[in-house]
Amino acid sequence: MAVVVPPARKGLKSKHQRLILILLAVGAMIAAALLAMSALKDQAAYFYTPSEAVAAKVEPGRAIRLGGMVVAGSLKREADGVTVRFLLTDGKAQVPATYSGITPDLFREGSGAIGEGSFDASGTFRATEILAKHDERYMPREMEGISYDAKTHKVEKTAR
Amino acid sequence: MIAETGLAALWLAAVLAGLQLVLAWLTVSRGDQNAARLVRPVALAQGALTALAFALLIALFLRSDMSVVLVAANSHSMKPFIYKFAGAWGNHEGSMLLWVTVMSAAGMAIALFERGLDKATHYATLGSQAAISLGFYAFLLFSSNPFARLDPPAADGQGLNPLLQDPGLAFHPPTLYFGYVGLSVAFSFAVGALLTRKVDASFARAMRPWVLIAWIFLTVGITAGSYWAYYELGWGGWWFWDPTENASLMPWLAATALFHSVSVLAARDALRAWTIMLSVVAFAMSMVGTFLVRSGILTSVHAFAVDPTRGGFLLALLGFYIGGALLLFALRIGTVNEGRRFDPVSRETMLVLNNLLLSVILGLVLVGTLYPLLTEMMGVKVSVGPPYFNMIIGPFTLLLMALLVIGPLARWRRDDLKGLLRKIIPAVALAVVVLVAVKVVAGSQIGILPLLGLTAAAGVAIASVMPLVGRNLRRTPLFTWGMVIAHLGCAVSLAGMASDTAFTTEKLVAVRPGAKVDVAGWQVEFRGVLPIAGPNWTAMEATMAVSKGGGAPTIMRPQARFFSNPPTPTTESAQLTAWNGQLYLVLGDELEDGRWQLRLWWKPFVTFIWAGGGLIALGGLLALVGRLGRGWIRGRARARNAPGDEVLA
Repeated sequence: MAVVVPPARKGLKSKHQRLILILLAVGAMIAAALLAMSALKDQAAYFYTPSEAVAAKVEPGRAIRLGGMVVAGSLKREADGVTVRFLLTDGKAQVPATYSGITPDLFREGSGAIGEGSFDASGTFRATEILAKHDERYMPREMEGISYDAKTHKVEKTAR
Repeated sequence: MIAETGLAALWLAAVLAGLQLVLAWLTVSRGDQNAARLVRPVALAQGALTALAFALLIALFLRSDMSVVLVAANSHSMKPFIYKFAGAWGNHEGSMLLWVTVMSAAGMAIALFERGLDKATHYATLGSQAAISLGFYAFLLFSSNPFARLDPPAADGQGLNPLLQDPGLAFHPPTLYFGYVGLSVAFSFAVGALLTRKVDASFARAMRPWVLIAWIFLTVGITAGSYWAYYELGWGGWWFWDPTENASLMPWLAATALFHSVSVLAARDALRAWTIMLSVVAFAMSMVGTFLVRSGILTSVHAFAVDPTRGGFLLALLGFYIGGALLLFALRIGTVNEGRRFDPVSRETMLVLNNLLLSVILGLVLVGTLYPLLTEMMGVKVSVGPPYFNMIIGPFTLLLMALLVIGPLARWRRDDLKGLLRKIIPAVALAVVVLVAVKVVAGSQIGILPLLGLTAAAGVAIASVMPLVGRNLRRTPLFTWGMVIAHLGCAVSLAGMASDTAFTTEKLVAVRPGAKVDVAGWQVEFRGVLPIAGPNWTAMEATMAVSKGGGAPTIMRPQARFFSNPPTPTTESAQLTAWNGQLYLVLGDELEDGRWQLRLWWKPFVTFIWAGGGLIALGGLLALVGRLGRGWIRGRARARNAPGDEVLA
């Protein structure tokens, strides 16, 4: 291939212009990265299991994801017909939770579910959204490889 | 035989891609005329072979040939015809075959139709395109063979995910792939121009239509995908900041930035290096998107680790092509002469700011999308969802919209600030009126982002048509119309988003048949539920009589469906579209006492979101037609002046 030819010299001002553009771009990128990091610190919803949430004493109002198994016999429907109360367990701790809305089709007792929401002052987890098994194949990613025994309420993580 | 022929066609196409690369290399580096004559025919043959392979795969799905692994795993003989057809690309292997098919079709198109590009750059571009194709052929043949046989054949298939059994699926992924792959053309152009060191205005003019085509497809794909998610998932939302959605948004953001910067390069011969860089970034985003969706990493980093060949392969391709292009960029960019200068107050500066903002938004989406994957590798499970994205993308989008008010009114090269500010007075005035009016009407009910969103939408709506003021409309070029309409589309879409976010009314009830529910001035009478059956599903279907202000009722029928293969329940929502919004009904579960759960939404002006998306795409199309028309006229003139053979210097 041809020999690399050095660029023709141009006026100082155009050099400046290029430099300014590059600095602007780099500055914007750095600012964006910093902003993203600080926002992630506040806004990323951490995933907890019930025992982790209890141990961490997650403050009320903070958006988190809480994942566990719906304890057999705990699923109750309120009189309004659209609010459900249930207990979520990971085998070590149980956390009361409520949800208003149409529950996913595979949300049932003894099955895995992830609630998105926050704790209220009384320690009940108020889910604004419920993620359950989507179909026979798909599981929420946090719930992979976890199984639940309805009789003993034992939750097991199968090794991968 | 069909499967074997398909596989053979793929291998042959891969060999031709290798040949195309070598021939292009000989042409560009040695000026070998014999090689030059062969490049295009080889590109055409390669395109024809992949098209054949893809057609054969479709044939296998239509015949429900259960001796093919892919068909057995993803299809079912009882599936309706259209989903057998669309099912061919509703899976990993098929979609990757679609990818290479589109890619080599793009190669064909470059070989056949590209006339504006410098000859040497043209060959280099075809070589680069072949190099990318080669990687994807390897991926397909070594880790994702769509034609693998199953022995013994399955009795019947496992069916297609019912969520995907929707007309939307038939067109959504191909549309996005046209966009993704279209960006590979821009990438190849950039690599070609770096190799031949010919980055200039005529290069930009040649590249622009390709970028526009990719961008139009991405716009249509994202808009359609958003509407599909809206009605199919039954959650009433139109954007979830789901990683698969972000995977299509990121290339779109990069492509949007790219065709704005390529316009600067074409019109003013400025922003050379930046445009080349963006071409690389845009295709990188396409590949990141493909990697995210196709590697299994989104289900879990562990799912990715379980089958690392595919994800690893894609990651290696990504690293190889993007790394290679960046290296070439680093080596060559010093030799690309600087473009022309411009003043701080000028159209160029506005477009630079547009590019900066789009890049920042792109970076923020990318970080938010990848962050959970990074933390999970370190053992911390985190989800990054709407709180992050809305909080951080919202303000930057508003800034971008503010820029959109003033940018298109600035003159190229130099403008005076006072005159420019005077031109935006009408837009700003209307924006302020809207701000005050909405605030007064809605009070504290409306959040700051939707409020400013409506304000910006009003401003942009006025400002977007300002470039037409004082012009003879019949002599206004088509691409100016395109710009106006696309920018107007941004305003329309933004208004829809803000209005839906701020003013949606939702009602969640459990009622017996015969009950009446009011939502936002609509009377909804729940008449009852009946079981019905479709070709491969059964459903409970509700009958709801909907009326407003005592008018004649309209019947709406939301369903709760149950698909048999694979066994999956889905929600089929029902929508009633009025001029000022949509009524959205979902049927829930039946309770023990005979009540049914119903979820009802009134979503004011929600349809503006997709109408705006359609306008944006239409604007792109007009710009494309306008540019191609002008390029064609120019090409004819050039051909008359300098008739010559395709000989390289």
